[in-house]
Amino acid sequence: MSRKDITSGNWAVAEAMRQINPDVVAAYPITPSTDIPMKFSEFVADGLVDTNLVTVESEHSAISACLAAAVSGARVMTASSANGVALMHEIFPIAASYRAPIVFGLVNRSLGAPINIHCDHSDSMAERDSGWIHIYCEDGQEVYDTMIMAVRIAEHKDVLLPVFVCQDGFITSHCFEPVEFMDDEEVRSFIGERDPLFPLLDIDNPVAYGSLALTDYYFEIKRQQVEAMKHVERVYREVAGEFAKKTGRDYPVVDTYKTDDADHIMVIMSSAAGAAKDTVDRLREKGHKVGCLRIRLFRPFPAKAVVDALKGAKSIAVLDRAASLGAPAPLFTEIKGALYDAGIHIPANTYVYGLGGRDFFPHNAEEAFMDLINNNMSPEERYLGLRE
Amino acid sequence: MSSLKGWKDLPLATTVPASTSEKVQTGQWRSMRPVWNEEECIHCLQCWIQCPDKSIKATPEGKVTGIDYFFCKGCGTCAAVCPKKAIEMRPESEFIEQ
Amino acid sequence: MAVKLKDLITKERAMRQGHRMCPGCGAPTVVQQALLAVEQPVVVTAATGCLEVSTTIYPYNAWGVPFLHSAFENAGASVSGIEAAYVALKKKGKITKDIKFVAFGGDGGTYDIGLQALSGAAERGHDFTYICYNNQGYMNTGAQRSSATPKGADTSTAPAGKVIPGKIQKPKDLTVIMAAHHIPYVAQTTIHNPMEVIEKVKKAIETPGPAFVNVLAPCVLFWRLEPSLQRDICKLAVETRFWPVYEVIDGEWKLGYKPKKRVPVEEFLKPQGRFRHLLKGETGQAVIEALQKDVDEEWEYVLKRCGETWEPQA
Repeated sequence: MSRKDITSGNWAVAEAMRQINPDVVAAYPITPSTDIPMKFSEFVADGLVDTNLVTVESEHSAISACLAAAVSGARVMTASSANGVALMHEIFPIAASYRAPIVFGLVNRSLGAPINIHCDHSDSMAERDSGWIHIYCEDGQEVYDTMIMAVRIAEHKDVLLPVFVCQDGFITSHCFEPVEFMDDEEVRSFIGERDPLFPLLDIDNPVAYGSLALTDYYFEIKRQQVEAMKHVERVYREVAGEFAKKTGRDYPVVDTYKTDDADHIMVIMSSAAGAAKDTVDRLREKGHKVGCLRIRLFRPFPAKAVVDALKGAKSIAVLDRAASLGAPAPLFTEIKGALYDAGIHIPANTYVYGLGGRDFFPHNAEEAFMDLINNNMSPEERYLGLRE
Repeated sequence: MSSLKGWKDLPLATTVPASTSEKVQTGQWRSMRPVWNEEECIHCLQCWIQCPDKSIKATPEGKVTGIDYFFCKGCGTCAAVCPKKAIEMRPESEFIEQ
Repeated sequence: MAVKLKDLITKERAMRQGHRMCPGCGAPTVVQQALLAVEQPVVVTAATGCLEVSTTIYPYNAWGVPFLHSAFENAGASVSGIEAAYVALKKKGKITKDIKFVAFGGDGGTYDIGLQALSGAAERGHDFTYICYNNQGYMNTGAQRSSATPKGADTSTAPAGKVIPGKIQKPKDLTVIMAAHHIPYVAQTTIHNPMEVIEKVKKAIETPGPAFVNVLAPCVLFWRLEPSLQRDICKLAVETRFWPVYEVIDGEWKLGYKPKKRVPVEEFLKPQGRFRHLLKGETGQAVIEALQKDVDEEWEYVLKRCGETWEPQA
């Protein structure tokens, strides 16, 4: 039987990890993700998991050890944030290239400088081309559920890619809210056992990982990763479909809220979708046909689902919790690209909000919606909640 | 380029099966050739153990039988470590006709 | 039990023929010798470097055993991850065989950029052997100085110029640093005598817990050395006391070799082009004298730690 408890986003990750019972966890503390390895360490100390916990001396070693363990044939998980994620950067594309299905609890936090412990998406957005699957979660329940689904997606033979399960630092990671947990047995039967492709520890069938591949082969190996990414959406839908049948909780690649008949749609990610949806309700009460599209799967980018949700709108507002300094913000770029490819031109405003954990209030969402409603449109980047 | 495999035919995850280098003829690098003199050899195996390229051939019983010119790069370590001077380094040019 | 070369003839090599290390390179000799007497199956990981690139030029692979390379600075973390996976999977019964884990790194990947990962792995007590093939510089990228480069050597980032006579600093003593981790086995050796590396690495691998072996191995290209002289130059390194060979087993220091005579360090320098600038002029002589002083002091230190005295023949 499932059970409900009040927990935080971080503890929800740790609880999922306890139930998944990975072979190896190699982790290093960094705010705000530290709770995950801390809580998990308690499970290890209390003998509740079989995991070999490697308390490494840096994030770089954390991801390096995770990669080595994953290619060895182990089921592997870790967590980090911000500068920790940045320190791991070198290894991320290598892990993707070695097709290491690591599941990673990424607790979003702004990258320095200035040093800041609070949420924005600058850490994970900086890794958007590293070859990892990115899934952004709105709340603790979704984080928990996604960790479990991520194991299946990552290890699927048509995918074999590592996954970032992103949640907003402090806002989600430290907020205590009700989360419904599956039974341990149910989780274990859902995820099954890992069946690794070329385990390094198979000494009877030795392989080398990590060759020097120059102008003659590098390109072909990258093309294989492109292909793996192409399978992700299908596998995601299969896994999410099965998960929904078991739990009643359905997680499409994008979360559409009152978009069907909407004239004006806000596109947003993660926890800020709550304030956006609340604002949709209030503006709808005033007679405005508005909706919210939350992007859950960001890599690979679900362009078709995005276009399907947006194609009927008269205008859209894309809200990014990260800036791409010197270029349009990352989500905005993706949305424009998807619409362009579909031959659809919808006027779109671009907003950057919430950097360094700056609060995102319903009135900030309303400001953006009112720009759409009042036809105050321009390609110029705008900022919500910023003092001039 | 046409003889190289396309992306669909390569093993996943950058992996390469073990020992495929045994097809690589590094002997082509050689400019000096070690020539082994069986009569002088005392089979001490110093050349065998010191060769960086595992190019000294020996029987399972430990008798040196010659040099594996497919791999030998001609560094001359075998000749330098030989206590009996049973290996002589000679220019490859002397062997072109063979 | 003493190992005999003859008994190793039929042993399958961990590293196969057809690798593309330079002719005369010391590194493949280290690998060949190091893994020759190991009876258990091994999984190898390596830091980025000459050894790694020259053995894995896609689609050719010179490793006959499982091999992983991921980056330059993380061989210590990689071997930790492999060993952690092994321990976990063995506990679950998914692996039944006994496997040993070996990491190779050059001195750049070990003394410098990989020191943190190695230190962490040693502190955590994983069961592995880390072998540094120490050629005293970043040879894969063209002979830049490392913290293992000896004083006075001409390197591409500490070149011997008109004012500065090559590298000014003396190398860090990594073997001592690793011994200070109080791990069960640490050794410093070289390929002057094959049984040295064969036996020491065998011991390292058979010792449960972390083991570190620092093996001086020439880069004949950038030491500017005759490619046939890999063993002879290492003999000179030992005879001149430039590179003392010793073990630290569970904290007990044990000297491996005492030269019979006092041989000046200059004898080690002479065959190598990287020291040629020191062999002429007063500045060079001063550097050689300073180097000799360092050698004498370090030798005294090793003797003292080993509880030995040295009375060289006149």
